[in-house]
Amino acid sequence: MSSGLLNVIDVAAYYKQQVGASVKTIKAVDGVDLFLYEKEILGIVGESGSGKSTLAHVILMNIKKPLEFIRGTVRIYTGNNFLNLNSMSIEELRARVWGKEIALIPQSAMNALMPTLKIKRIILDIVKSHQDKVNEEDVIEKATKRFRELGLPEKAIDMYPFELSGGMRQRTVIAVATLLNPRILIADEPSSALDVVSQRMVLKTFYDLFRKNIIKSMIFISHDIATVRQIATDMCVMYAGKIVERGPTDDLVKRPLHPYAEGLINSIPSVEPEIRKRKLRYIPGQPPDLSNPPTGCRFHPRCPYTMDICRTKEPPALEVERKHLVSCWLYARR
Amino acid sequence: MLKVKNLTKIYELGFISKKRIVAVDNVSFEVRSSEIVSLVGESGSGKTTTAKIILRLLPPTSGNVLFENKDVWKDVRRREDRIDYWRKVHAVFQDPYSSYNPFYTIDRVLKQGVKLIGINPSSDKADEIINEALEYVGLNPSEVLGKYPHQLSGGQRQRVMIARCWIIKPKLILADEPVSMIDASMRVSIIELFEKLKKSYGSSTIFITHDMSLAYYISDRILVMYKGRIVDEGSPDDVINSPEHEYTKRLIASVPKLYQKWTL
Repeated sequence: MSSGLLNVIDVAAYYKQQVGASVKTIKAVDGVDLFLYEKEILGIVGESGSGKSTLAHVILMNIKKPLEFIRGTVRIYTGNNFLNLNSMSIEELRARVWGKEIALIPQSAMNALMPTLKIKRIILDIVKSHQDKVNEEDVIEKATKRFRELGLPEKAIDMYPFELSGGMRQRTVIAVATLLNPRILIADEPSSALDVVSQRMVLKTFYDLFRKNIIKSMIFISHDIATVRQIATDMCVMYAGKIVERGPTDDLVKRPLHPYAEGLINSIPSVEPEIRKRKLRYIPGQPPDLSNPPTGCRFHPRCPYTMDICRTKEPPALEVERKHLVSCWLYARR
Repeated sequence: MLKVKNLTKIYELGFISKKRIVAVDNVSFEVRSSEIVSLVGESGSGKTTTAKIILRLLPPTSGNVLFENKDVWKDVRRREDRIDYWRKVHAVFQDPYSSYNPFYTIDRVLKQGVKLIGINPSSDKADEIINEALEYVGLNPSEVLGKYPHQLSGGQRQRVMIARCWIIKPKLILADEPVSMIDASMRVSIIELFEKLKKSYGSSTIFITHDMSLAYYISDRILVMYKGRIVDEGSPDDVINSPEHEYTKRLIASVPKLYQKWTL
């Protein structure tokens, strides 16, 4: 297999907060490996505070205080060579990577559209911030074409953001974010603030980008497993700053291996009769304080199957089935 | 137990040229005792307005709300009657943070609850009731008592609100999006408390939510609201399997499912 479009190797990023004389360290992302291949939509799920959004910023190497990059490698493939993002400066990243190789749609991006500017104006501003010489007519023409490809009304380009509905605004953001044809698109909770009908339209827009080969791969971050499940080819489950399980979507949803993934999936309501039959369950306890995470496996204080080794040693990621990796001692010595 | 008859609420906007918004449009339904009824709809469908009218927080334009055969807006007038009504009909809101006064410890809301049932809040009996209620909702009293709201997690704050329900033992609970701010793995533990109240005391719950999946799981009956009207009604399985109104059909088709995958 090729080495993929994006390789993230053992990255850690901590939030450092000055509290009086001491520094409080929140280990938001702590030792994450992640590989993204071409033609993959990778869903990252987890609860609030599990480090999903921080991971997105680390992948882009968009490190802003109080976040600090501690260790690890973030490498992308640009078609003919590799770029190590972790050794590039912000200026280099801005000039060569952001928007062109990897684009991010941050949380509630649709609310960031300046209300007094027409969509047209916003598009031009964005392109100008990435390119030195810009032919305005070309850009608008390109944007119109992209809107058409994604099934958005072309007249939206001439409108103000407040004239568009939430779903339309989000789809506009998607079209604008991918204007420079990035290889990888990262979307952070892109559909969470929308009603279910618009949510579905937004998912379809993402899928169109993928199907029409405008983007090569995508990372879709959300707390809503039922939504991620509809679009992702593969899924990762994050807990307390680590990826605990990764696998093909159907396998992971139907047969989750990690006790946390199992507990999480068993707590999701869905309008399906089998769920009323099997009843929902929940995971007792609370996620750990990441300034002082538990030793060994970070899930051990809440896990129903805790063994001695879980308390002391961190479990390695094991490929239990094809492409299905889990970090849990239950699957270690078999 | 609760009867809502032809309830209508019209908001008027503007000073010179008036704009009328029909928030609730001729809504009628009934809630029996020991029943969990969900009011499902998108934002702006009139769910919360209906709840506010039932709670006696917002007067209706027309129509009646009857609770135990008394008209809530006509017969419940005196102060004592109102207090008595709020003892029987209690609310749990979306954001538990805004239900607390940040300057007081969370003990206060529980003591108010004890006072409402006529027990001296500084007596030993009161402490006993509070401890019992907290244990019932799965909280350790020594961990939460004496703390300020910001020192508790969202789930704990919402549990304390439900512990208050447990003290007051209302006949009807209006829960407006009670779990939308709580993490998925904890949600079920909160909604199960409403079921527990139903089993222990025969309390009914009107569960207001935009989340069809949650409503499907918890309810005995689902009412679907759309543009101020109730457009569909029935048992969860009926509503899901044979929706009548176009809106309900569209809604159910758009709700993401866990096992079934869409073709995008």
